[in-house]
Amino acid sequence: MTKPNQALETILQQDYEHGFITDIEADALPPGINADTIRAISAKKNEPEFMLAWRLKAYEYWRHLKEPHWAHLKYTPIDYQALSYYSAPKLKEGPKNLDEVDPKLIETYNKLGIPLKEQEWLAGVAVDAVFDSISVATTFKDKLNEMGIIFCSFSDAVQNHPDLVQQYLGSVVPHTDNFFAALNAAVFSDGSFVYIPPGVRCPMELSTYFRINARSTGQFERTLIIADAGSYVSYLEGCTAPQRDENQLHAAVVELVALDKAQIKYSTVQNWYPGDENGVGGIYNFVTKRGECRGHHSKISWTQVETGSAITWKYPSVVLKGDYSVGEFYSVALTNHHQQADTGTKMIHIGQHTKSTIVAKGISAGFAQNTYRGLVKVLAHADGAHNYTRCDSLLMGQHCGAHTFPYIESKNSRARIEHEASTSKISEDQLFYLAQRGIDTENAVSMIVNGFCKEVMKTLPMEFAVEARKLLGLSLEGSIG
Amino acid sequence: MLTIKNLHASIEDKAILRGLDLNIKPGEVHAIMGPNGSGKSTLASVLAGREEYQITAGTMHYQGTDLSTLTPDERAHLGLFLSFQYPVEIPGVSNLYLLKSALNAKRKQAGLEEMDAIDFLTIVREKMKLLHMDDSYLYRDVNSGFSGGEKKRNEILQLLLLEPSLCILDETDSGLDIDALRIVAQGINLMRNEERSILLITHYQRLLDYIKPDVVHILSGGKIVAEGDYRLATQLEAEGYEPFLQKKAGGD
Repeated sequence: MTKPNQALETILQQDYEHGFITDIEADALPPGINADTIRAISAKKNEPEFMLAWRLKAYEYWRHLKEPHWAHLKYTPIDYQALSYYSAPKLKEGPKNLDEVDPKLIETYNKLGIPLKEQEWLAGVAVDAVFDSISVATTFKDKLNEMGIIFCSFSDAVQNHPDLVQQYLGSVVPHTDNFFAALNAAVFSDGSFVYIPPGVRCPMELSTYFRINARSTGQFERTLIIADAGSYVSYLEGCTAPQRDENQLHAAVVELVALDKAQIKYSTVQNWYPGDENGVGGIYNFVTKRGECRGHHSKISWTQVETGSAITWKYPSVVLKGDYSVGEFYSVALTNHHQQADTGTKMIHIGQHTKSTIVAKGISAGFAQNTYRGLVKVLAHADGAHNYTRCDSLLMGQHCGAHTFPYIESKNSRARIEHEASTSKISEDQLFYLAQRGIDTENAVSMIVNGFCKEVMKTLPMEFAVEARKLLGLSLEGSIG
Repeated sequence: MLTIKNLHASIEDKAILRGLDLNIKPGEVHAIMGPNGSGKSTLASVLAGREEYQITAGTMHYQGTDLSTLTPDERAHLGLFLSFQYPVEIPGVSNLYLLKSALNAKRKQAGLEEMDAIDFLTIVREKMKLLHMDDSYLYRDVNSGFSGGEKKRNEILQLLLLEPSLCILDETDSGLDIDALRIVAQGINLMRNEERSILLITHYQRLLDYIKPDVVHILSGGKIVAEGDYRLATQLEAEGYEPFLQKKAGGD
């Protein structure tokens, strides 16, 4: 029998589109971490005392922790003393408008297709662009300000809204949560902050494009979103990164708080450099994302499309505290070549009549390993709790792996927990059928994979969905055989 | 014009086609009939370019091009269309999306602009009407949960839409009730013109009651053992395959 899909294999070998490094002088700290590093970061950012105290507490805690290794991942050890923990683009003064921003930055944004000008407003997207940990441009703040919405860099929030920061920072993901969250709390340089006041429906999708630029700089973003009673916000996070040889650590923390009847929709398209086809290079992505449905009838919905990074360790979770609160997790994780993903969610049912839905689609190609790891936990008092979980895996080729670890802990015998799972292979019959209709292998694979992920893709905001669909096709350049 | 000479093909080292010759001129309708295992579907698969089959000898040319040098999608762009005996299901992909992608792939190849959604809908609805198909077909996933008859109708819809110059219909009549058979046959007859060649692969005569072929071939043991006009099918229906198979055995 001939080896089918040779055409497919050639298609799957495509270089990472966003592989370039902008040559900008970075204002970086020397490598290494100790209490003085923490003080230096805090001082550079001109932070109030409570922030420094919090960071130092986190550092003290982290110092005594060991890196966790329970995930289904293999990688060379990270030397935390070899990383530089702060890097900011050098700017003489804060830019007042785009003209004052380094043209090379703008060039980078343009290469990435980030619309930082008038088009944004027309597209209804406000961009808080994070370049190497520091926000250099924030748009539409004024427009949002009128409605009482705060959308700014984390640093700005610390300066201008310290009370909100102090009240909510670490209230969902405490510094003691895990190794990477503790490290993030100690050294995080910037990120995004969102506050939606009571009863306000945010009129546009809030969007932040992350981009890792300086070499060997660990990235420690921190995002905090608070939706006050009866409010609504949809937040988009999209990432690309330049190509490079060395592995990079990224340990972000995202905290969401939804008060009574508030809704937060958080969508991610993650396309960081995955390493080359031999598994060299690529981002190590150890992220802690958690939302707390603190109020009754609140809702938090995570959608993620993960195609990048050499290693993905990420479990966007929802703590369903409020009665009648709802948690959702829709995920597509695509791994190709030597990528490894161990991702999933945790749904913690505490309040009564809480409901959660998990739909996870894993696509594995090449030599990649793709793991779904999820926990559904129902506490004793969570009467009427209901969870529905569906995990599907699609395998392309002979050398990849798909693994599913669904953990269920229920202390309430009346809780309804449903779980469905499937594993399938992309079939020769499907590819041949589509080829016979004149559709080339590349498009056929993209079509089949997008069909497989449809349930998840349809939960993405429109403009994001288009990008994500393209990404799925592109990311598979190089993998059946 | 399709020209097949002394074609030998095998799958997993098992020889299926053993010296098949066939010529189909533009505008002609040929029927290939044969018992199970005679190589009918293999011929369709080999012509369309399924990779599992190896061509061990012989040639097949369409419009002067050696088909064996082309990938399945290149053959499709050359105008070859295969209506599958068992159309596959593609979950999550709407029929509309498949039809539009297929048509636009063809248009792109021909150097034409891609068709926009409105023009496309107009055209596809026109074709669907001919096949008594309602709009819901467009929004269902490709062949998912379709009955056997619905799948076949969907194949013919693609045929009408893509307007290929060489149509190979593999057991299109199987799984169809009489009413559906008539509708599908009408669709195929609409495609008949002076340019287009049609190859009907069938086990039974009943499809040929609706689509009258110019030439009927009987396939057995991987080669053509008898040829004639449409009356051969009638004879076959009356006498069965047995006399033809014996003839072949004698010939060997």
